[in-house]
Amino acid sequence: MASPGEAVVGDTHVGEKKKPTSRYWEEPQEDGKNENKVVKDGEQTEQSLEKKTRQTQKAKKRKQEEDQGDGNKFISGKSDPFPGPAPIPEDRLQKFKRRDKTKKPRRQHYKLKDMITRSEEASEMAQKQAARFDLLLPEDAGFLEGDEDEDTCTISQEDIADVVDITSATKYFDLKLSQFGPYRVDYSKTGRQLLLGGRRGHVACIDWQSKQLMCEINVMESVNDVKWLHSEAMYAVAQKKWLHIYDSNGIELHCIRKFNDVLRMQFLPYHFLLATASATSFLQYLDVSVGKEVAAICTKTGRLDVMCQNPHNAVIHLGHSNGTVTLWSPNQKEALVKMLCHQGGVRSVTVDKTGTYMVTSGMDKKLKVYDIRAFKPLKSYFLPAGASCLSLSQRGLLSAATGDIVQVYRDVWNTPVSKPYMAHRVQRTIWGMNFCPFEDVLGVGHGEGFTSMLIPGAGEPNFDGLDANPYRSAKQRQEWEVKALLEKIQPELISLDPTELGQVDRATFEQRHQDRVKALGFDPLAKEKFIPKYKKKGRSSTGSVERRKRQVAHEDQRDVIRKTAEDKMKIEKERKKREKKEAVLSSQRSALDRFKK
Amino acid sequence: TSHNQLHPLPLPDRYPLTPDPQPALRVGKMDVCQHFLETEDQEPPGPDKHVTLFRLEVCVDQLALPRSSTDHWSCVNVCPFLFFYQMKVKVLSRNPDDYVRETKLDIQRVPRNYDPALHPFEVSREYTRALNATKLERVFAKPFLASLDGHRDGVNCMAKHTRNLSTLLSGSCDGEVKLWNLTKHECVRTLQAHEGFVRGMVVRYCGASFFTVGDDKTIKQWKMEAPGYGEEEEPLNTILGKTVFTGLDHHQKDAVFATCGQQVDIWDEQRSSPIRSFTWGVDSFSSVRFNPVETELLASCASDRSIVLYDMRESAPLKKVIMTMRSNTLCWNPMEAYYFTCSNEDYNLYTYDMRYLDRPVTVHMDHVSAVLDVDYSPTGKEFVSASFDKTIRIFPKDSGHSREVYHTKRMQHVICIKWSSDNKYILSGSDEMNIRLWKANAAEKLGVLAPRERQAANYNQKLKEKFQHHPQIRRIAHHRHLPKNIYHQTKELRVMKEARRRKERNVRKHSKPGSVPVVSEKEKHVVTVVK
Repeated sequence: MASPGEAVVGDTHVGEKKKPTSRYWEEPQEDGKNENKVVKDGEQTEQSLEKKTRQTQKAKKRKQEEDQGDGNKFISGKSDPFPGPAPIPEDRLQKFKRRDKTKKPRRQHYKLKDMITRSEEASEMAQKQAARFDLLLPEDAGFLEGDEDEDTCTISQEDIADVVDITSATKYFDLKLSQFGPYRVDYSKTGRQLLLGGRRGHVACIDWQSKQLMCEINVMESVNDVKWLHSEAMYAVAQKKWLHIYDSNGIELHCIRKFNDVLRMQFLPYHFLLATASATSFLQYLDVSVGKEVAAICTKTGRLDVMCQNPHNAVIHLGHSNGTVTLWSPNQKEALVKMLCHQGGVRSVTVDKTGTYMVTSGMDKKLKVYDIRAFKPLKSYFLPAGASCLSLSQRGLLSAATGDIVQVYRDVWNTPVSKPYMAHRVQRTIWGMNFCPFEDVLGVGHGEGFTSMLIPGAGEPNFDGLDANPYRSAKQRQEWEVKALLEKIQPELISLDPTELGQVDRATFEQRHQDRVKALGFDPLAKEKFIPKYKKKGRSSTGSVERRKRQVAHEDQRDVIRKTAEDKMKIEKERKKREKKEAVLSSQRSALDRFKK
Repeated sequence: TSHNQLHPLPLPDRYPLTPDPQPALRVGKMDVCQHFLETEDQEPPGPDKHVTLFRLEVCVDQLALPRSSTDHWSCVNVCPFLFFYQMKVKVLSRNPDDYVRETKLDIQRVPRNYDPALHPFEVSREYTRALNATKLERVFAKPFLASLDGHRDGVNCMAKHTRNLSTLLSGSCDGEVKLWNLTKHECVRTLQAHEGFVRGMVVRYCGASFFTVGDDKTIKQWKMEAPGYGEEEEPLNTILGKTVFTGLDHHQKDAVFATCGQQVDIWDEQRSSPIRSFTWGVDSFSSVRFNPVETELLASCASDRSIVLYDMRESAPLKKVIMTMRSNTLCWNPMEAYYFTCSNEDYNLYTYDMRYLDRPVTVHMDHVSAVLDVDYSPTGKEFVSASFDKTIRIFPKDSGHSREVYHTKRMQHVICIKWSSDNKYILSGSDEMNIRLWKANAAEKLGVLAPRERQAANYNQKLKEKFQHHPQIRRIAHHRHLPKNIYHQTKELRVMKEARRRKERNVRKHSKPGSVPVVSEKEKHVVTVVK
């Protein structure tokens, strides 16, 4: 029972509560401690964002936050100057972003909403962890910087080779192979092995870093192109008539007679597909894991000697003599896209690693850059000699062969480039050119043999050991091979957008209905056609049958009319209700009414 | 060396002297220049080129830098006053020691880079992995582990040991009770408990004794361990009832148990007469179960198609729901104990919320004959049901259809079912005198998993979940082989249901609007709720 004295106190201090006296065991309250914290450098960190969102939430959560704030304190009473996890820069987070947040469904789909929230939380966590891990990557990319007002393109290969360390200096070398004519070049996926194919039949594979020759053969036929298959154990050689496959000892494994007159080849490593373009205008796909021809497409565009792949979506790009570039997948007999890129014929095509940009060069001596996602031209350059051969490095350096000079350009898509980044002259006309993956090296095959050039900043510095490991052991390679074969992507999944498979198929009702009709063979929602029963005693005369039909039709019509009438009534009712409510509200006397005149 | 043989360079018109970007070397070279300018040659070295060249050469040689004499000629020719170019270059050069293991005893180094650009076709590769995982799951789906034979009549009831995972008790239709060691798949003890059927069996919460009821109108309490050598197999306690008992259950932590038969009785273990009896105008009950959380609550299935809820502390039943068909048994969800699931004669199972009995939370359909028994997994996420159609089905607690069906050629009508307390096994007792041991997850690997194995299993599970709605994966994951008769009966039931729905639709179409209301599947099976 409350004493009377207390009651009096309660009456006198209406609305005001006496503050409880502070006790030594209670911690002093610090209001707005968290709010007053200065955000460093004006940069909005993750944490501050998080805090803001939390503040808007319910009081319950706020209380929890305060509890957490107390948790940041040390026993000595000092507060942590850097509470919470370290902030991650926004641009680094952006690098690992996979997709935008999905719109959450309305309230009634609470289970779905919950599921989406949880999966988004998980992906956000993965994104943050990957961004944090990015700090720990061991290697930095190479670079080359000249003096002020000095062009880097004037720096010769010898100079670079002189100043860099011995291991790198050995990566600049020249192979004099003048006998068997211009060479095609291909590096294996890990960048350790080099495959050379001379026009006049010389095929050699080399461990180019240790300069060890793995095998050397002469196929006694003209060689159009060479390509490594999924590992360094096998390679394909497009010879005069057929396509041959050899192993790394130079033993002929297969002669594939289904593939004739092949001029260019591309290997799709994740699909285990060897795509070949032939002089008979056939684009053929060979599944090298089972040795089966997946697709043979007659492009009907003449001799196909310009070919490249989009590493992002495994679409094959073909360049034609009429100036068009066509995009192909094995699932379609027609080209996915046809682009008119040049006035004359197309001489070379290449696509960058992220599948964003395509660079083409043509007989009109132009070099053009396209945004391949939007199919829009970005930049157009004029090269006086015209580029016969193009290649893009992992970090986006473009090498163009003009006659016997190799020119390397940097960042051709963002800023208009006027001078090459590097240049080098080889002895005779360049025939094939490729950047070595994970190394700052450009391999150039030409009439006098092969030149390996140092291009600082070309290669990706940090490789992923589970994808392509240049330092892998034999055992690791075997394991990788099994894993890679297990997750071989089926050729049916090749499409322009490789992420399509992970997106929600928002087929419209109509589409779904059409599919259903196709699957069932009839339309389940279609109205049955009314067929009047035959009646005896002359009651199935034409007139009466017609009348019965009309009756049924009227019945249906009546249904429709009834429904619309009901809807109308409903709307009318609601309107009346609303009006009534408003009228009631407006009829109420307000305190301010007395001032109205 | 090879590059010395090269032809003259094409492009550079002046020849730069290039210091190395590595700081030590650069300092060394700078020192050369500084030293040269300050000490050796006080006046600018313009007129006397040869001296300059000579001295520079000397300095450079002292540093043992790889330079040929022509370089310095050109250098000095370009600029009489020592001209200095600053070129910074770095070329990727990895130390292999950082990327390969040191000794054979180490594990291989696998440097990672999670940049999405280095991992193309992420989605397609994940999809392929998920497809492989789904296929492998079907390959490894071998749920049947063992059959425990030894009973001489159909197995009528089973009981899990409350304290011991490897012990199972089973009672058969000839009054015999057997104790089984599940790890060894053998019977450890047999006792003739009753004359006629053993109707119900339950292990006391302490695990030291168990109770059986039989058709001979008795309740018997037995010790868990076998009698010593020469001792006779005798019950600890025998209660003679007035009527036949059809089921019993023990309280979670008190010395109280409940039986059902003509009425639901609550017994104190110390007394020979029930401390409470509940009747609600019904003649017989088939099953009674204590709530595992609200331990004073009970539920029972009655033969008048009703499920009755009781509070042990009150003298009258709480409420009951009457359904269209009779329920055989029920089981409380051990985690969310306001839910219980009952197995019904109309081939369905119904999950009810104890608080809202007017409509079930979920109707679980798939069986093609009466469902005889049901048991929840200890996690409360799934339950298993036994049916007269000779199959066992596993349902997720909130799904209308089963995720798994088990059957064998020899298994007859399954009468009783239990989900083991470690959530790994399912035990079924059937008409043809056998108890069968199944895996709860058909494709799960038994035994201790290595960490990598477990990681791979978890990863595969996640992948399967992620891509479960893709048609190709769904088809493989959902496909189950069924015995011919069940397959055809399922089809037949579907046709019947469709016909009924069509008829109802037609009736509604041709009656006065509103006179034939739409009754949902959940409401269809509840007749009324009585309080």
